[in-house]
Amino acid sequence: MNWQPSASLQVIRERARIYRQIRSFFNTRGCLEVETPVLASTTNTDVQVATIEVPGFEIPFYLQTSPEFAMKRLLAAGCGSIFQITHAFRQGEAGRLHHPEFSLLEWYRAGYDYHQLMDEMELLITTLSLHQCSFTRITYKDLFRQVMDLGVDEVTLEQLRDHCKKSVPGTNVAQLDFDQCLDLLLGVVIAPTMQGYQFVYDYPLSQAALARVREDDNNVAERFELFFDGIELANGFSELTDADEQRARFEQDNAARAQKGLPQYAIDERLLAALESGLDDCAGVALGLDRLLMVLLELDSIDQVLTFTD
Amino acid sequence: MLDGDPCAIIENEFVKPGKGQAFNRVKIRNLKTGRVLDKTFKSGDSVDAADVIDTEMQYLYNDGEFWHFMDPQSYEQQAADANAVGDARQWLKAQDNCEVTLYNGSPIGVTPPNFVELEISDTDPGLKGDTAQGGTKPATLETGAVVKVPLFLEIGELVKVDTRSGEYMSRVKK
Repeated sequence: MNWQPSASLQVIRERARIYRQIRSFFNTRGCLEVETPVLASTTNTDVQVATIEVPGFEIPFYLQTSPEFAMKRLLAAGCGSIFQITHAFRQGEAGRLHHPEFSLLEWYRAGYDYHQLMDEMELLITTLSLHQCSFTRITYKDLFRQVMDLGVDEVTLEQLRDHCKKSVPGTNVAQLDFDQCLDLLLGVVIAPTMQGYQFVYDYPLSQAALARVREDDNNVAERFELFFDGIELANGFSELTDADEQRARFEQDNAARAQKGLPQYAIDERLLAALESGLDDCAGVALGLDRLLMVLLELDSIDQVLTFTD
Repeated sequence: MLDGDPCAIIENEFVKPGKGQAFNRVKIRNLKTGRVLDKTFKSGDSVDAADVIDTEMQYLYNDGEFWHFMDPQSYEQQAADANAVGDARQWLKAQDNCEVTLYNGSPIGVTPPNFVELEISDTDPGLKGDTAQGGTKPATLETGAVVKVPLFLEIGELVKVDTRSGEYMSRVKK
């Protein structure tokens, strides 16, 4: 019977070290540590995120895929800038970089926009890193232009499918929609060419998730992701604070879920009520701590940093 | 089943952006041709399952064209052609148990036991006293396989061989 941890003792100690440093980083910068439930009666409607439902209750309960909604309610309640280290759960995600249960650092900054949050993230990772690190920033559009000479705002779906066919042989491209093509190209063709810490920002509106639309460019959302050598580490936004728009996105999600035959979820009315009551401008980001540990310790697989995988 | 042929997944990589579509990039071996190819599926896509089973069978004999195997429980016999037997042929000794892969009830692959014990049918004369130097020489075994064996072994002796690497493991006392 193999009862030993999946991670080495060195990794377990390194995890403790970075958690200590994360807490000290935010404590000295006026960010309040909070805790929100991992088990709740609402969940994310995002089509690409599969929730684990927990049996045994009279109404459905779900393991949270992210602490985002609860943390935004805290922001609306006047908590100011907050951070949390917690676990999140995603059904069916398993592989070299995925595990159905994983650790997140999520933080929100009152009054920040997404670029200010990227600045703070650079500072945090530099603090945690054992080596000197440098960061670059590129827009989503420029990244596709640079690596594939592809204009994401001018290409047609047919052309995009041709790109996928050529770059990723053995794919049934006829059944991919526009964003699925982009996801495939980014994950399989572009990510392997990316080097070092790189922020990708200004995502297409169709991939806005919970980000605010840019005021001076209605085609993109103020969303960013951080990659290291093409491994996705973090996702952040200038947060959408408009309750009506948020409700519309939830409803779009559920409509898309219905179309794909996926379960539809009750809209989180508490979050909408909190936004309704007024949420000042803020930016928030979630950073995957398991993957960050992998990157900091130069390990290949998430199993090497998870304490137990059984 | 893929393009009409039974296939086995040999590698499966999960690729998913946090907020995007998940894909599985798989390496697939066509069980009929042995060819390996890359495929990318959206996670959750399905393909038809192939009626493929691996079954333990006893090797009987080769009639020049087919290799004959028998299910030790049902005594049912199967004839496998050269394509299905492939490289396994050089390790097949009558009465040994093998794993036979059946597709729609017919053999498409044969896997020999990991270790076989076979008699040396031909090799250069033994050189007594050379054991310390650890030299080797080629030896032809009763099934036709050629393996490198230590210099002191002679025709008629039994050796244990790892069929996965084709390497000599040890001498077996009769």
